[in-house]
Amino acid sequence: MSSVAAQARLWYWQRISAMVLALFVVVHLATIAWAVRGGLSGAEILARTQGSWLLAAFYGAFVIACAVHVPIGLARIAEEWLGWSGRLANAVAAALALALAVLGLRAVYAVIA
Amino acid sequence: MNAPTTAASRPAAVRHNDYRARRHAAWWAFLAHRLSGVALAAFLPLHFWALGHALRGEAALDGFLRFADQPLFRFAEWGLVVLLAIHLTGGLRLLVIEFLPWSGLRKNWISATAGLGIAGGIAFALALIG
Repeated sequence: MSSVAAQARLWYWQRISAMVLALFVVVHLATIAWAVRGGLSGAEILARTQGSWLLAAFYGAFVIACAVHVPIGLARIAEEWLGWSGRLANAVAAALALALAVLGLRAVYAVIA
Repeated sequence: MNAPTTAASRPAAVRHNDYRARRHAAWWAFLAHRLSGVALAAFLPLHFWALGHALRGEAALDGFLRFADQPLFRFAEWGLVVLLAIHLTGGLRLLVIEFLPWSGLRKNWISATAGLGIAGGIAFALALIG
């Protein structure tokens, strides 16, 4: 794949993930504002989340969308502001995507299982 | 044909263009979107790590929440909610610019970004103290 085609593909994935994330973030912001009233407790959070496969699907997809969106954005910033080569930026972004997906899905498992 | 730019005049021209570009609302929207994105990206692994405490049971998650129940953490949480609202609206503006028929730089969306950031900040602050 030429570098132009690769860039176009990354742009596409970033924008598709942005569209998905826009929806997720609206729901997440509303949930945060509702959940923090009266303070947060572990029992309160886990009572809401444990065993809920709907929340598992929602937050699982949220994590994957973040793992796609965030590294692509950071890679472009690293190129533009830090002067990284595209190759280095994309390699670090791929590692970051994997780390975010693993950490995020671990967090979802922790509050659902 | 234009007269060739002299080496002496070139840096001044670059500075002038940069200055003009950065006086534009769209440049500040770009900067706010980028900086909010970097801050959110830095926070995300911490957020996942914090929730991961639940793997060691409710008490471990509670322990972390009690540790984070301090004014500094609360203020940081509030700031992140504001940044998330700003990044969301700023991102929607970019999608509108790129995917809908061209209609300028959508400055109304820049206003909406500021507005939603303020609204999100007030709503979350009220929820925190309510």
